[in-house]
Amino acid sequence: MGANDTATMTSVVGQSVLRKEDARFLTGTGQYTDDVSMPRQTYAYFLRSPHAHANIDSIDVAKAKQSPGVVDIFTGADLQGVNGLPCGWLITGTDGKPMNEPPHPVLAQGKVRYVGDAVALVIAESPAQAKDAAEQIVVDYDVLPSAVDSLDALADGAPQIHEQAPGNRCYTWALGDKAAVDAAFANAAHVTKIDIVNNRLIPNAIEPRAALAHYDRANDEYTLYVANQNPHVERLLMTAFVLGLPEHKVRVIAPDVGGGFGSKIYLYPEETAMVFASKKIHRPIKWAAERSESFLSDAHGRDHVTHAELALDKDGKFLAMRVHTTANMGAYLSTFASCIPTILYATLLAGQYTTPAIYCEVAAAFTNTAPVDAYRGAGRPEATYVVERIVSQAAMEMGIAQDEIRRRNFVREFPYQTPVALNYDIGDYEQTLDAAMEMADVAGFPARKAEAQKRGKLRGLGYAAYIEACGLAPSNIAGALGARAGLFEAGQVRVHPTGSVTVFTGSHSHGQGHETTFAQIVAGRLGVPVENVSVVHGDTGRIPFGMGTYGSRSLAVGGTAIVKALDKIVAKGKKIAAHLLEAAESDIEFRDGKFTVAGTDRSKAFAEIALSAYVPHNYPLGTLEPGLDETAFYDPTNFTYPAGTHICEVEIDPDTGVVDVVAFSACDDFGNIINPMIVEGQVHGGVAQGLGQALREQCVYDRDSGQLLTGSLMDYALPRADDVPSFNVATKVTPCTHNPLGAKGCGEAGAIGAPAAMMNAVMDALAPVGVTHFDMPASPYRVWNAIRAAHGHA
Amino acid sequence: MAVSLAMTVNGKPVNADVDPRTLLVEFLRNNLGLTGTHVGCDTAQCGACTVHVDGNAVKSCNVLAVQAQGANVLTIEGLIAEDGTMHPMQAAFRDCHGLQCGFCTPGMVMSAIDLVNRHPGADEATIRAELEGNLCRCTGYHNIVKAVRQAAAVMGK
Ligand code: FES
Ligand code: FES
Repeated sequence: MGANDTATMTSVVGQSVLRKEDARFLTGTGQYTDDVSMPRQTYAYFLRSPHAHANIDSIDVAKAKQSPGVVDIFTGADLQGVNGLPCGWLITGTDGKPMNEPPHPVLAQGKVRYVGDAVALVIAESPAQAKDAAEQIVVDYDVLPSAVDSLDALADGAPQIHEQAPGNRCYTWALGDKAAVDAAFANAAHVTKIDIVNNRLIPNAIEPRAALAHYDRANDEYTLYVANQNPHVERLLMTAFVLGLPEHKVRVIAPDVGGGFGSKIYLYPEETAMVFASKKIHRPIKWAAERSESFLSDAHGRDHVTHAELALDKDGKFLAMRVHTTANMGAYLSTFASCIPTILYATLLAGQYTTPAIYCEVAAAFTNTAPVDAYRGAGRPEATYVVERIVSQAAMEMGIAQDEIRRRNFVREFPYQTPVALNYDIGDYEQTLDAAMEMADVAGFPARKAEAQKRGKLRGLGYAAYIEACGLAPSNIAGALGARAGLFEAGQVRVHPTGSVTVFTGSHSHGQGHETTFAQIVAGRLGVPVENVSVVHGDTGRIPFGMGTYGSRSLAVGGTAIVKALDKIVAKGKKIAAHLLEAAESDIEFRDGKFTVAGTDRSKAFAEIALSAYVPHNYPLGTLEPGLDETAFYDPTNFTYPAGTHICEVEIDPDTGVVDVVAFSACDDFGNIINPMIVEGQVHGGVAQGLGQALREQCVYDRDSGQLLTGSLMDYALPRADDVPSFNVATKVTPCTHNPLGAKGCGEAGAIGAPAAMMNAVMDALAPVGVTHFDMPASPYRVWNAIRAAHGHA
Repeated sequence: MAVSLAMTVNGKPVNADVDPRTLLVEFLRNNLGLTGTHVGCDTAQCGACTVHVDGNAVKSCNVLAVQAQGANVLTIEGLIAEDGTMHPMQAAFRDCHGLQCGFCTPGMVMSAIDLVNRHPGADEATIRAELEGNLCRCTGYHNIVKAVRQAAAVMGK
């Protein structure tokens, strides 16, 4: 945008405008996938494997087909010719070979590999009839030994899960200069070592996955409503890679979506099978997962086992870091599974620090569990947890204050090239640390600790100074690293003849409030009221293209695409205004919704220009097309690097092991902010999810049977209102240097910083009783056991 | 074998013949098209399905439709006044950004109204304890608590 135009971005940008989408959500008129119905619709039920690992000797559906209300039943045998679900990122191993990529069938082909693996699709007149019929299907399983733990799966003699992945290995991959790291360790004054399990999580968006598939015989077209975060990618993968359908004949609509957190990025077997079946039965098919199905079949998150070592000099300067991680991929490679513990993890191990040498090796294992993929933060929470836990432990071992050890190692000059591939464009880590310490009243902590001690309680304070990389980009570099998709975004701005505006964005909102934030950007730039701007998303039939929403990319990438389209609108508007005002185009300024001849009071309002574009009676038709409707694609030149410091204060009852999170302060740098209210809300939600991981959540599979033991909300503890405190949040700004909004992204920060901050607080509280480390979640049982173990009880 | 059902929903009498195993939430969503009431779980844990039955907040996934025979049922769709004015709880959720994806919201609002009716001057700890039966994965509860406090102040007047 031109310098003159920048000033007009002020008015509504940066204001906490109340959300446009709330009216429908608050009155029960939102349209989530399961709220959509079609005439003659049928209902799907998926028969799933009750075994972790088994050969299927036979499937008999004859009796089930006679069950009341059954329309049809499909098994793997009916899907011959349908390809497996693809993985979107090819990782090349340390051996120079591509990762092992076994097929991921839509419905099981002769073998099941995890409890919940889809075996048959039953379609009936009602959900209950579909479920009743599924009980009549006879599957003859030959049960095999299973491995659910990544280390078990990689061990000698483990059951072989896929023919195409010997030893259950997907890949061994490494990043960094091993020789430089080894040399630095040889000269270190101090080495801190830590063994960490990053606990496996189940995302649990409150709206379970759902889909409605319809085939229209008249036009040979498919429509799929699906609870999904990126409908264009869903369509591309499903049509081009799996079903072999013409992409233009399939419309994917992701309407209101009730939260995603990563779990709704992926192409799943269920909707794929339904689209396939919808043409066979010539009726719409609807499915909404029950929560217990979500537990079994949604892509899970995290599940890393890590050994890390940090070398320091005598002053606490970091010399090198060495990390080995084993990552659980689950039974099949989900859409982005392979890049999470590599590209989005190892690259973040520099954190906010100048550690000169880092080496990280990652072994990825197939196991008999649900696929594992990106979950809020995706790789970056795992990296932050390693870095901030080991830094915290090193500070304790060396007797250096927690803030001091971080200050001694902060990156202070930008741009900064890390030893693990990333190039940080800008930041000010001391600023967010200082602010967070003030917000957390660190100075008053010793008094609070002493007071708690009088009541027999242990207080602790924990820090996490995190960095993340958002808006994964640019496409060509990602492609060189193995990405099989582009990483740009598309935006279209359609100005109507009366001057109101519809924006079509490839980003997808499932709670983020794009309808408001993006409208603010447009309103601010064009000088029209926010109410006159509508934002359309989540429909391949209406939007030019889109890569969707994940990795906190919507504003930095999707928002910038809209800005680029707005640039084109303003540029064309200037041409029209120049004609109408009989001035040179270069003399036209656009400000506050008006095109003005510089230095005069001659101007045209934006709405007048819009009308001229559509009623081109006095218009330069020889040189300019009518209409005012522009599209832009934006491919960023770099990641964005949000960063900040989170400080958590806990109080622990040593008799019961109960951890009470008494305060949480977060100071984040997200670059420029369009809507502070929405940004704060994103931090609140992220922090609660991060505290959920540190405090409560833990996915458990039985090691012998492979059964999911935490298969319902009664066994898997999501944080509830009384588990978390109110949060203290603030922001500082260093604007991103390479996108015009100066925005970095805010959606994942909370989930990235909170686990390390909370566990560091727990270790600080328990230091006086001799506890130095145990793994998340800090449940009363684990805390109590850790205290007993430190006291010499087994 | 269908059973015949009669109840009042959002002030209007409704009658229907339903399969006896029909849940109240299924009746509201599928028979009456009141899709504002959501289903988020199968173990009565999430509260997304919360409605009022004779003035009390109830998880409608855990009640058979026939159990509401003759009852007065209020759903999120029935909260808004004839002239389009939101209930103070709805308005407070909007003003305080107490919702993100909106999926938990109808149940959360219905629970919160019942909470304030029972504890007019509820403090933060009471609000948090009372909302224990409603899960939200988006907001971290911070702004929900704020909204309930704001609405309580208005409703108490
Ligand atoms: S649907 Fe979860 S409690 Fe009713
Ligand atoms: S707003 Fe999404 S679950 Fe509460």
